[in-house]
Amino acid sequence: MSFNVPQDLHFLDSHEWVQVDDGTARIGISDFAQDELGDVVFVDLPSEGDELAAEEDFGVVESIKAVSDIYAPVSGTVTAVNDDLVDAPELINEAPYGDGWLIEVDLADESELDDLLSAESYEAQIA
Amino acid sequence: MALRQPPLAAVHEESDASLTEFGGWEMPVEFESIRREHEAVRETVGRFDVSHMGQIAVSGPDAGRLTNRLVTNDVSDLEPGDVNYAAITDEDGIILDDTIVYRPPTDWSVGADYLVVPNAGHDVEMTDHWVEHRDEWDLDAAVENRTERHGMFALQGPVAEDLLADETDADLGQLARFETFVAPVAGVETLVSRTGYTGEPGFELVVPWEEAEPVWSALDCQACGLGARDTLRLEMGFLLSGEDFDAEENPRNPYEAGIEFAVDLDSEFVGRDALEGVDVEGVDEKLHGIELVDRGVPRAGYQVTTTDGDPLGRITSGTMSPTLGYGIGLAYLPVDRVHPGDAIHVEVRGEPKKARTTTTPFLDR
Repeated sequence: MSFNVPQDLHFLDSHEWVQVDDGTARIGISDFAQDELGDVVFVDLPSEGDELAAEEDFGVVESIKAVSDIYAPVSGTVTAVNDDLVDAPELINEAPYGDGWLIEVDLADESELDDLLSAESYEAQIA
Repeated sequence: MALRQPPLAAVHEESDASLTEFGGWEMPVEFESIRREHEAVRETVGRFDVSHMGQIAVSGPDAGRLTNRLVTNDVSDLEPGDVNYAAITDEDGIILDDTIVYRPPTDWSVGADYLVVPNAGHDVEMTDHWVEHRDEWDLDAAVENRTERHGMFALQGPVAEDLLADETDADLGQLARFETFVAPVAGVETLVSRTGYTGEPGFELVVPWEEAEPVWSALDCQACGLGARDTLRLEMGFLLSGEDFDAEENPRNPYEAGIEFAVDLDSEFVGRDALEGVDVEGVDEKLHGIELVDRGVPRAGYQVTTTDGDPLGRITSGTMSPTLGYGIGLAYLPVDRVHPGDAIHVEVRGEPKKARTTTTPFLDR
């Protein structure tokens, strides 16, 4: 089975992705991660204004069979939360890089991106 | 220790199912999506490989007497073709396992006067249990652990009968609930029973180990893993051995577990006298259904409290109900403090979530 790994994203080895656009970092979980979890039924996410620290857990994604902590790829202040996931957590399964995104943060330190995996390295990790 | 594998291990490998360890077996937990598999069974039909279930054949002049003295229900009056549900208890009335007892028809070429089906991983222990009591009571019966001689499948769902009818010339209309007969399925001699663990109409099939594959392949419908089996049984409030009772970790009697309907105090069995006392005196705790009002998923081990935060008990098994769309679970709670419909809390990662107690099944069927 092969998984979608968009080339413009950075990854944590715990399967979170981050996409940076003009100082804002959008965060989600990878196609591989959603497939491992199976049907997502619940998400627990921080609120706007919360502070995240890189590599610390900031929420939970639950599938029918498992509970999984999610870790922040970067530090920053939460500026947006994907409220659609409250009623439709399955969006994470359907579009992990699209409508299934989790949160956006105001990127505090762009150099943290250098500590993340490139798409190529992440692809090698899950191969 | 190497895990035991079902006769279809290679077929499952080929199908890309994700596998899990369960009761010492390596079994498919999910073929495609637990939700899709669950919905297939509720709406149409699904097939399960349940070859991890134990199979103990008991035969001989005292087979019935021996088996009847080891299970809580009266199985002495079962005729060939009858099936019954029972618990297996110790002297104190504690549930060691729950089981289906078959009285296979006499035309089953494999032959067995009784077929006792304990849960995954209990087959060796229960075979020993039968053998020890046979010897202690000096009874004349052969006890054989056939777990790895039979494959077992469940075919469950509103159209299970239509699907099975296409693969057999037997008249399924003749088979009532909790009855069994021998029929060729895909040309293979099969012990077919109208039983199951999902709340849907359907069948369980016992087939020879070597001929499991052609039967499985012929029953061509959504393959379902242990994940969907668990969500389906939990919506019905059916117990899972090792979770909702466990002689070591969570010793419970049938009255606490809500299966007193499977206890016949007029029958002489191991644990009967202790259970008569329980029947008279009542229980302190009983298994309750729990429905989450807040969003969240109750899971085994989570604390159940009053709305003031006083501990009441712990979730023994729980899930997000795919059919109902909210979290459901089971917990032993004190009967003098909790009644069906009461507001309670379930602590999910330290956060109290609003919930209420309820009777089971969660789903009307």
